[in-house]
Amino acid sequence: MLQAGVLKIAGIIVLFAIALALPAIAPDPATTNIAVFTMMYVGLATAWNIMGGYTGYISLGHAGFFGFGSYTLGLLLAHLGVAAGYTPFLLVPVAGLATAVLALGIGWFALRTRAATFVIVTIAFMFMLQLLAENLVGLTGGGGGLGFPVPPWSGDYFNTPYYYAMLALATLALGISWRIRRSKFGLGLLAIRDDEDKALAVGVPTRAFKLTAFVVSAALVGMIGAVYGYYVTYIYPQFVVDPLIGISMVLMVFLGGLGTLSGPVLGALILEPAQLWLAYNYGASRLYLVLYAAVFLAVILVLPRGIVPSLTVLIERRRMRTPPAAPAPQQAVMP
Amino acid sequence: MSLLEIDNLSKRFGGVVAVDECSIAVPAGSITGLIGPNGSGKTTVFNMVTGFIPKDTGTVSFKSKPIDGLGPDRIYQLGIGRTFQLARIFPRLTALENMLVPVRRKGLRALFSRADWSDERVRAMEMLEFLDIAQVANTVGGALSYGQRKLLELGAVLMAEPELVLLDEPAGGVNPALLEKIGEHIRRLNSRGITFLVVEHNMSFVMNLCTEVVVLHRGRAIASGKPDSVRQEPAVLDAYLGA
Amino acid sequence: MTLVLEAAVLGVLTGGVYALMASGLTLIFGVMRIINVGHGALVVLGAYLSFAASRSLGMDPFVTLVITMPVMFVLGLVLQSVFIRPLKTDREALSVLVTYALALGIEGLLGYFFTANYVQLKAWYDTASFPIGDFRVTYVYVFGFLLCLAILGVMFLVLYHTTFGASIRATMLNRTAAQLIGIDVDRVSAVAFGIGMATAAAGGVVFGITTAFNPGSHYDLISRLLTIIVLGGLGSLRGAIVAALIMLVSEDITAVVISPVWASFVFFVILVLVLLFRPQGLYGVRVRERI
Repeated sequence: MLQAGVLKIAGIIVLFAIALALPAIAPDPATTNIAVFTMMYVGLATAWNIMGGYTGYISLGHAGFFGFGSYTLGLLLAHLGVAAGYTPFLLVPVAGLATAVLALGIGWFALRTRAATFVIVTIAFMFMLQLLAENLVGLTGGGGGLGFPVPPWSGDYFNTPYYYAMLALATLALGISWRIRRSKFGLGLLAIRDDEDKALAVGVPTRAFKLTAFVVSAALVGMIGAVYGYYVTYIYPQFVVDPLIGISMVLMVFLGGLGTLSGPVLGALILEPAQLWLAYNYGASRLYLVLYAAVFLAVILVLPRGIVPSLTVLIERRRMRTPPAAPAPQQAVMP
Repeated sequence: MSLLEIDNLSKRFGGVVAVDECSIAVPAGSITGLIGPNGSGKTTVFNMVTGFIPKDTGTVSFKSKPIDGLGPDRIYQLGIGRTFQLARIFPRLTALENMLVPVRRKGLRALFSRADWSDERVRAMEMLEFLDIAQVANTVGGALSYGQRKLLELGAVLMAEPELVLLDEPAGGVNPALLEKIGEHIRRLNSRGITFLVVEHNMSFVMNLCTEVVVLHRGRAIASGKPDSVRQEPAVLDAYLGA
Repeated sequence: MTLVLEAAVLGVLTGGVYALMASGLTLIFGVMRIINVGHGALVVLGAYLSFAASRSLGMDPFVTLVITMPVMFVLGLVLQSVFIRPLKTDREALSVLVTYALALGIEGLLGYFFTANYVQLKAWYDTASFPIGDFRVTYVYVFGFLLCLAILGVMFLVLYHTTFGASIRATMLNRTAAQLIGIDVDRVSAVAFGIGMATAAAGGVVFGITTAFNPGSHYDLISRLLTIIVLGGLGSLRGAIVAALIMLVSEDITAVVISPVWASFVFFVILVLVLLFRPQGLYGVRVRERI
C-alpha cells in the first residue's frame, strides 16, 4: 500500500517537472502551441469535473463562461489601456471573479431544476451569452470581434508565457479539485451525485453545495478563457462561446473518468493533441466533424466509465486473484 | 412533554386522501410505534414531517417549535433523522465515507467543517463497531449486503446525534437474528436518550420494543397508548381485520 | 397595431411548426428519459433530404414528405438501437453526449455533401399570399401550419386511441411498471424515437420552406426547442404545443414592437421567468424521485 502511494507522488512530481521544463525541452513554436492548448484543456476538463464529475450535474454551457472570461479580460485591457506584455496576466483573476458572479446568477436559476432540466438550462444560457456577445456591438464589437493588445515578444519565445499561464491555471484547478475531494464538501457533492434526496435527508445543504461547485468550476473556466483570448489576440463571439469547446471538455472528462482526479488530465492529454491533429489535417473539409463525432461515439459506447475507473477495476480484479496471506476472516452473523 | 407534535395533519393526492387530520404526540425518551394497515398513511406522515412532501393543512412541531415548510436538510440539522423503507445508502462511497457525509452545521458553514475531520472519523469508526459492521468500513456501499446496508443507514443517520429518529420499517427484509440485534441497538440508543418513532408491520417486534403505540387507519390516528391496551381496542381490531 | 396583429398571426403559424418539432423531442424524453440534443440536427437533416428530393426529382417540398418521413422513421429505429439502447449506466448524462455526437456527425456529413451555403426549399407558389384585414399571409405558412396540425392530430389519435399508443403512454408514466405488465419497452422506445424522427422530417420541410438554412442551423434550432420543452414541461405533449405557441408569438411580437435583434431574447426571458416561478414547466410535475 505504501509503495503505491510513494510511486504515485513520485510520478506526479516527475510529470510536473516535465511540464515545467517543456518549453526548454521542445522550444519550437509548433510544439509549444500544442502545449498551450493541451494545458488549456487539462485545466478546463479538471474545472468542469468539479461540477459535472463530482455532483453529476452535467453542464453543457461552460463554453459560455469560457467566452465570458475572454471578453471580460479583453474589455478590461481595452478600457484600462493596459499595455501588452506580462501585466495583462495579472488581470486574469479579475476575469475569474467576474465569471464567478455571472455563474452565481446563472446557477441560482439553473439549479432550481432537476439534473435533466439543468443540462438544458445551461445550454440555453450559453446561447444567450453568445447572442449578447453578438448583439451588444457597442460593448463587444459584435460580429466584428474584439482585439487584445499584442505583446512584443519574439517568434520563438511568444508562446512560452501563455504556456506557463495555462500551466498555472491547470495546477490551480487540480489543487482545488484535490482539496475539494478530500473535504466534507467534496463528500457531500459525491453524495448528491449518488442519491440527492438521501443527501438532503442527512443534512447536506444540496443547493448551497451545488451552487458553490458550479461557481468554482465556472470561475476557473473563465480565467482559462481569459488567457486564451489573450493568446489568440482576437476573439469572435462564435469562436469563443463555442459549443465545441464546451463539449470537448466534457468528452475529455468522460474519456478519462468522471469524478476522478487524474481522469480529466488523462482525457485532455489524449484528446487535445488528437483534436489538433484532426483539425490540421481535415479541418478544411467538413469531415473533421464527422471524424470527431465518430471518436466521440466510440469513447462513450466502448468505455462509458472512462479509462481511469476501468483500469482501477482491472487492477482490483488482478489483486483479488492473488491468494490472501492470512486465512479468511470469520463470517459474521450478518446475512 | 412531547418531543414531536403532529397536529391535524392532512394530505391528499388528487382524489385520494392519504392523511386525514392526523394528530400524534411523541413523548420525549419514548420508542413510539406507528402501526396500521397498508395504505393508512404512515410513510406519508413521515415524508411530511421530514420535509420531503408539503403538507396540505396542520402543523408539525419539534421541541415546541413549528418545523413546517423546512427542507429535509434543515430538519436533519435540527435533530430529526430518518431511515427509508428500502434502506438507502450511497452506493459509490465506502461505508466509512457514508458515515462522514451527514452534516450538522447550517448552510455554507457546513463547507468549512474541516476542523472536526479526524474526530469525526474516530466517531464514525466507533459507531461502525457499535453496529458490528466495522469490517466493511472500506467497502463501497454498493457491495454491501442488505442487512449491512440497513445498519449502515442507521449508523449514518446517528452521526449528527439526532434527538429523534424516524425508522421506516426497520424490520423489513431482515432475518430474525439481525432483527433482534436491531432491536437491541434501538433499545441501547434509546437508553442514551434518543427518541424513536417506528413505523412497522412486524407486530411482535413493535409490541416488544415500543413504549407507546399509535394506530393509523385511513390517514387518521384511531388509537394510542401502551402497546397492550391498544392491541385490544375494538377500533384497532376492526381496522386490521375489517374491510 | 396591424403590425402586432400580423406578428401574432405569424407567430401562431410558425408556432405550429415549432410545436411539431418540440412534440417529437418531448415524446422522446417522456418515453426514454433522454434529452435528444440532436433533434435540431435531425430537423435540418429532414430539410436537406427534402431539398435533395425536390431538386433531383422535381417534387413539391410537401410531397417529398412521402419519402422523407418513412426514411427518417426507419433511420430513427436504427439510431436508437445502435447508439442509444446500449447505454446502460448513467443513461441521462451519456445520452446527451451521444445525441450531441450524432448531431455533430450529421452536421459534418451535411456540410460535406451540401457545403456550408445557405439554401431554402422552394415551391412555385411560395410568394403567393392572401389578405387578412390590412396585411397578407403567405400560403406556404398556412400549408405548413395545416400540415403540423394534421400530424399532431394523428399523433394524438395514435397515442390516445390505439393500444400501441397506450403502451407508449404507459412507458412514459412508469417504465418499470410498463415492463411488469408485459410491454416491450425497448420496442416502444425505438418506435417513439422513430416517431420523433418522422416529426422532425415534417418539421424540417416547413422549417426549410420558411427559413434559409445550412448545416450549422441546428444549434439555434435546438436551443429554441429545448427552451420550449422546458417551458411546456419535459415529457408533456400538450405542454410542448402550448409553449411553442407562446414562445413564437412572443418572439414575433417582440421583433415588431422592440427590434428583431432582441426578439430571440424573449425565449430566454421567458425561460428565466419559468424557472423562477414554475421550474417544472406549465404541464410538468414537480418530481421528488424516490421517497
